Amino acid sequence: MTAALPASAAWTQGPGPDLVYAQYLANNEFRIQHCRSCGKHVYYPRLACSHCGSVELEWVRASGRGVVHAVSVVNRSADKGGPYNVVLVDLAEGPRMMSRVDGVAHDAVRIGMAVRARVAAGAGEQPCVVFDAAEVAA
Amino acid sequence: MSGNTIRGSAAIVGAALAGLGEAPGRSSEEIAIEASVKALAEAGLTTRHVDAVFGSLPGNSNPLSGLLIAEMLGIQPKFTDNNRTGGSTFLSYTQMAAMALKEGLCETALIFYGSNQRTASGKLISSVKPFTYEAPYAPIFPATSYALAASRHMHEYGTTREQLAEVAVAARAWANLNPAAFMHGPLSVADVLGSRMVSSPLTVRDCCLVTDGGAALVMTSAARARDLPKKPVYLLGAAAATTHMNIVAMPTLTETAAVDSGRRALAMAGLRPADMDVVELYDAFTINTILFLEDLGFCKKGEGGAFVASGAIAPGGRLPVNTNGGGLSCVHPGMYGMFTLVEAVQQLRGEAGQRQVKNAQLALCHGNGGVLSSQITNILGTEATL
Repeated sequence: MTAALPASAAWTQGPGPDLVYAQYLANNEFRIQHCRSCGKHVYYPRLACSHCGSVELEWVRASGRGVVHAVSVVNRSADKGGPYNVVLVDLAEGPRMMSRVDGVAHDAVRIGMAVRARVAAGAGEQPCVVFDAAEVAA
Repeated sequence: MSGNTIRGSAAIVGAALAGLGEAPGRSSEEIAIEASVKALAEAGLTTRHVDAVFGSLPGNSNPLSGLLIAEMLGIQPKFTDNNRTGGSTFLSYTQMAAMALKEGLCETALIFYGSNQRTASGKLISSVKPFTYEAPYAPIFPATSYALAASRHMHEYGTTREQLAEVAVAARAWANLNPAAFMHGPLSVADVLGSRMVSSPLTVRDCCLVTDGGAALVMTSAARARDLPKKPVYLLGAAAATTHMNIVAMPTLTETAAVDSGRRALAMAGLRPADMDVVELYDAFTINTILFLEDLGFCKKGEGGAFVASGAIAPGGRLPVNTNGGGLSCVHPGMYGMFTLVEAVQQLRGEAGQRQVKNAQLALCHGNGGVLSSQITNILGTEATL
């Protein structure tokens, strides 16, 4: 297969994927990339598809559905806010991301839990995507 | 062996440690240079013989340390390698040095490392800046990444915290036989489980030490090695494999690229896991040892926990692993890869004192860099194994 560059040079111009992603988040939108070439989804944001190398990536709304793949509880001291969870979530679209599960006790997060995404405040001032336990849907 | 390989073409002729544990008042550079001077001295060589330099210092203290250490030693190398793949890096330096020696690009290679992280900062000096797509969730770097992999191993294979703890217990038992180890004294599974939780399921005793320390190796061609004072230790196989940098991008949390690096390094050596007399694995965390035992073929996938719980890797067990006490109980000055090599050299020379593995002829050293990201395997052997 010959890897052809797109006819348009648009992918070399304007804000890069990191910045575009951050702008979507600032508007309370969780978007991921979809590769027009291989059809797979990409997260975290990149300039070239991590599956096939194509630069024909488009932004799509994430379904927000995911499943906890791995979990760790960071044992922060009580005076600094106490323990908190860090998870890897497998998104319904395929990619895996780091996040946290809110709204449940830090030690109640389980591998295999169905979760749903929400844009929230991160550890810093930038917004980030977190998850809530999802109602188990049919 | 025929074919286009570096098998047995180069040997380690000098190996030394410096500043193990705590080296108050000494810089990382000084620790690296102390080790280098000692390694050259036991090889019967001087800085004037060195025409290739490989090495790095921790963190960002000096990313061009390949230049700096050469300058400080008064060496003007023909070949310099300052490659950084994390703590595994040093096992790629041996591979690159063997290639350069075989091709005649250099005659004497010096490989160095030095770190004063314990006395300078009291914590791990990391070379890695927080990743944009992980930082908002405040994982402890790198412990939480390894903890996530451990959680998955426990979920898929039923590995227990007790089994993880057995890795630390075995490492301490070896350290108790090594006067140079930083940690001595009894350590039980209950001690490990009862120590401070860092990032579940890993307690502070599931995590490597924060120490100072440095090490150096001198390598030359096999032909020249025979004329030097120390019993040469030959590089029989070397291979690297990388799957990711950040834990979010690790393809399978329970299987590392050691599957690939180990298979190719052993193939180059023409050997099998069962041939190894001594095994030195980069045990940054207890889960590492279990993953690498599985991935390198010493036990089946998912059976690493039971393997270590059987006592197999402890002194007196059937597979001597991390005979210096490892990163868990001997030394961990930020990047540990060098220490797997120096310990293997001492074992293969028969210089390991109380912890000596009887008649050790073959050693497997395995380096890990990043968060289970870079995996590099070296197979070392005595002259009898050529």
